[in-house]
Amino acid sequence: MANYSTNEFRSGLKVMLDGDPCSIVENEFVKPGKGQAFNRVRLRNLKTGRVWERTFKSGDSLEGADVTDLDMQYLYTDGEFWHFMEPDTFEQHQADKNTVGDAAQWLKEQDTVVVTLYNGAPLSVMPPNHVELEIVDTDPGLKGDTAQGGTKPATLATGAVVKVPLFLNIGDVVRVDTRTGEYLSRA
Amino acid sequence: MTDWQPTATMETLRQRARLLSLIRAFFDGAGALEVDVPVLADTGVTDLHIDCLQTRVNGRVQYLQSSPEYYMKRLLAAGSGSIYFLGRAFRDGESGRRHNHEFTLLEWYRQGWDEHQLMAELASLVTSLEPAWDVEKHRYTDLFKRATGLDPHSAPLADIRDCASSLADTRFHGDERSTCLDLIFSLAVEPSLPQGLVLVHDYPACQAALARLGRDEDGNPVARRFEAFLNRMELANGYFELTDPAEQRRRFEADLALRKAAGKPPVPCDEYLLSALEAGLPPCAGVALGVDRLLMQWLGLGDIRDVLPFAPAEGGHD
Repeated sequence: MANYSTNEFRSGLKVMLDGDPCSIVENEFVKPGKGQAFNRVRLRNLKTGRVWERTFKSGDSLEGADVTDLDMQYLYTDGEFWHFMEPDTFEQHQADKNTVGDAAQWLKEQDTVVVTLYNGAPLSVMPPNHVELEIVDTDPGLKGDTAQGGTKPATLATGAVVKVPLFLNIGDVVRVDTRTGEYLSRA
Repeated sequence: MTDWQPTATMETLRQRARLLSLIRAFFDGAGALEVDVPVLADTGVTDLHIDCLQTRVNGRVQYLQSSPEYYMKRLLAAGSGSIYFLGRAFRDGESGRRHNHEFTLLEWYRQGWDEHQLMAELASLVTSLEPAWDVEKHRYTDLFKRATGLDPHSAPLADIRDCASSLADTRFHGDERSTCLDLIFSLAVEPSLPQGLVLVHDYPACQAALARLGRDEDGNPVARRFEAFLNRMELANGYFELTDPAEQRRRFEADLALRKAAGKPPVPCDEYLLSALEAGLPPCAGVALGVDRLLMQWLGLGDIRDVLPFAPAEGGHD
């Protein structure tokens, strides 16, 4: 991979730091008085999700990371691995539990998700911002309670548990925001 | 369609024009002569950390000046008396929220003054724009000790390096004292400064640049240099100017040795300046102030692009 100098740092640039692939979040140029210029850089470690703040001397460089984000179709899970397919090439990739992480509870077969590949292997999985999922378990609905605003837990087809309005029943399909885990509407 | 619109609002541009005219009125009323010296010269600066833009004029390499300092000192040596410059300066590789590679600089020299008199005039210029800005004056040493517990003059290099490394979340090896001091000042001291105008003086001798050397009240060798910070943003840098040509040549050569060690291209020394110093630069103090930054603080804007009529497009530099 190419090396990137501090003056090429941009948010979204993928670089290697301490052996891990990172995405640059923010790059601030700092130049004190007559002195050495520095770049204050915030980077997200793509393996752990943690954000690091590092200072580099301007002109220092980091190795680029072989990281690409690809839209893929989620196929199925065999319990150990989650399987995804590139829609153009039909090439399949499998990701383990660690890689899929919290995204697992939002993955519905056939949905398009973003899979981040690092050196060709899945590094993380990002579900769509909004998913539509069927309620498979919840307390019976209360008719006429649409205005009250009360909620109850509901288990969705993927295993996720979200708070839904009281009037919803097993078999209803709901829209959920995967970033917050919140119920949005009835689908 | 290409975004051709200005980056500053028309209201900001009106305030910008007003600021420039207030600055001129201040100096015209204070007995300093405006000089619009060239921005091109045969030489750049030797400073390790300032890179001049180069161009060719009639086939010859010319440098866009990073400050009008050398031309202004030649005018002083030629008998101009106190002078000011309000115009463009250029520095390669400097882009960010507080930097642009071309910027508007106010630089002025007071013949027969020292840095303390000049600090007082800077404070009166800045507070004439906004009387609510408080003014404080501190020694570099005192601010540094308060923020870090370390004495910038006497703390062992290993301690200074450890402090810089922990602030930067990275290891610095073999870095000279001055680099570590700069980093600590930027990351620990600047954020600890109060709002308003803070004048910092008596810099460590290793950060003298073109300032005379002296001793502070504790007997430590210091540079007769000061910086001004406005709402924690560096605004101006000034010196009780070095006038000794032999010392000036020695500093140029020391700079060039550092440039060479860092693998940077050499820059010819400005022989015109050295000759002017030989002929005699009168005792004077000079300061350079970033006008775009002053405007940012005056208008409460956080990004230099907001005060530039046309900021460089994103993607060129962060």
